[in-house]
Amino acid sequence: MTNTSTIDKQKLQQTALKVREHIVKMATDGGCFVGASLSAADLILYLYSEWLNVGNHNLNDPDRDYLFLSKGHDVPALYGTFAELGLMDKERLKNHLSLDDHIYWHPNTKIPGIEFHSGSLGHLPSVAIGVAMDIKIRGGKNRVVCILGDGELNEGTCWEAVLVANAYKLDNLIFVIDRNQFQANMPTEELIPLEPLHDKFTAFGAAVKRIDGHDFDALHEAFSAYPFETGKLNVVIADTVRGKGLPSIERRADRWFCNFTSAEIESLLKELHGEHVSQLTSETLVVR
Amino acid sequence: MTYEELLTRQALADERFIVMTAENRALVRNIHAALGSRFIDTGITEQTMIGAAAGLALRGRIPVVHALASFLTMRAFEFVRTDTGIPNLPVKLSSFIPGFLSDGNGPTHQAIEDIALMRGIPNMTVFAPADEDDLVKMLPDIWNYPAPSYVRINTQKSGYEHTPFELGKAEVISEGTDVTILTYGLLFAQALAAVEILKSEGLSVGLINIRSLKPVDEQAILKAAGNSKLIATLEDHFLTGGLYTIVAEVLLKHQTTAKVLPFALNEKWFKPSLLPKVLQHEGFTGKQIAEKILGYTTNAVQQTIAVPQFSE
Repeated sequence: MTNTSTIDKQKLQQTALKVREHIVKMATDGGCFVGASLSAADLILYLYSEWLNVGNHNLNDPDRDYLFLSKGHDVPALYGTFAELGLMDKERLKNHLSLDDHIYWHPNTKIPGIEFHSGSLGHLPSVAIGVAMDIKIRGGKNRVVCILGDGELNEGTCWEAVLVANAYKLDNLIFVIDRNQFQANMPTEELIPLEPLHDKFTAFGAAVKRIDGHDFDALHEAFSAYPFETGKLNVVIADTVRGKGLPSIERRADRWFCNFTSAEIESLLKELHGEHVSQLTSETLVVR
Repeated sequence: MTYEELLTRQALADERFIVMTAENRALVRNIHAALGSRFIDTGITEQTMIGAAAGLALRGRIPVVHALASFLTMRAFEFVRTDTGIPNLPVKLSSFIPGFLSDGNGPTHQAIEDIALMRGIPNMTVFAPADEDDLVKMLPDIWNYPAPSYVRINTQKSGYEHTPFELGKAEVISEGTDVTILTYGLLFAQALAAVEILKSEGLSVGLINIRSLKPVDEQAILKAAGNSKLIATLEDHFLTGGLYTIVAEVLLKHQTTAKVLPFALNEKWFKPSLLPKVLQHEGFTGKQIAEKILGYTTNAVQQTIAVPQFSE
């Protein structure tokens, strides 16, 4: 089932910029996990825009492709993508943290298109396994993607899931690692080192590709090779940058959860367009 | 004094103390520099952290461990029960953002069954300070008590100056014959506001800061039930297994009864938003509490808590 289609890279980049604008706009009046959302934005947009067979036409179709967002705190990237691709009304994003809607710091199924709630790390790899197992049992052709954070890989259940996926030869399942090099407070390699990550997954029986998670051509080349190897779990390690698109917060350990002032939001929206680098004074090291 | 200052002082004064976190550094951001190798961050591995804490305790250490309340009590539950409860090891659980304090995170982060879970473990002791002043007064005794302990960390400032802590004793703020509010943790500040409103309505109002949920001050509960026409239990916890249940157990044990009006989350998670909005939406502001108590005392009928549905 090799995908030989081409992508409109320029259009994807333009849409990704709009997704990032949505993320930044959600990072005020209470804030959100902006850094992790910006790192995952391109791969989430790529998957919904180019690869997954899921959209308004088939949200309840058992033959749709599934995406599980296990690192749920990057949900602004998902909502921004939904808004740009027509799965969600753009106006609705203004309801972030409102009592009258269901848009808060983690995903939930009140939002059409969200397959499962998350927020507690290391849960959805196993939920995705269950869905992939049933598709296998029924002889289906649909595919299951689960996006994990690299910090999330601290949790033992992620590795249990790889062992089980290997045992059941779930080649219809893809774990995508948003490898932005950070967990909440610090670089992953300074706390609980993950590297060599490619080798770890390979040793656990997976077929692994490691790519630049902000390069749409690289994403397309990797996902076009699905299934990577018959009978093996697919793993894509997407090397990304936390805070991607905003140099003023990129790779900054103290900029995980951000609650920007309205003036900072105005400045950051210009920064997304490369106009300048913002001077930020809002509270750093916020933990939620 | 802040939580971190107190913990740093305790650990510097007593070599037995080890500070651990499952990469939740909000409460212990600067302690690594002070403690060096006696600060251990295990990454996002709550189960492994608790098991390791048990191992450290086997060697005579007193580990004070940190994680978000929901993951500390639920993800690591069996490790807490089996590795600290069964051997009665002095592992000290500091839970971050319990109850309503998880504000906009959603149900995955809402620890509103933590009291029920932790107090169900033999040997485990359970505490919930009313505010930062209470927290700082309670922790030294809790940390030095030779048993595993669970503490709902609450660094909110209510402005109230608490009396010294005695393990197993409640803090009686006031006594009253019409109604006595029993509460713990974050909602203490709302209870203070409710008391003022009720007093202005001419009621004789009592208020008890329970503080120590296990062991619990049975005499304080029995005395309030005997002296007041109504008991109100106030908690950011499920109705099942928390203070309302504790009061029921104490009354039954002593073969007595009382009119009890519970303020709790009945078979529901709370609507995620910022804390002030959460309190208002769920009916836990001082004004809303006072109004419900006034309605009860006026109508003399048992009211049920209105529960707008929220589920995933």
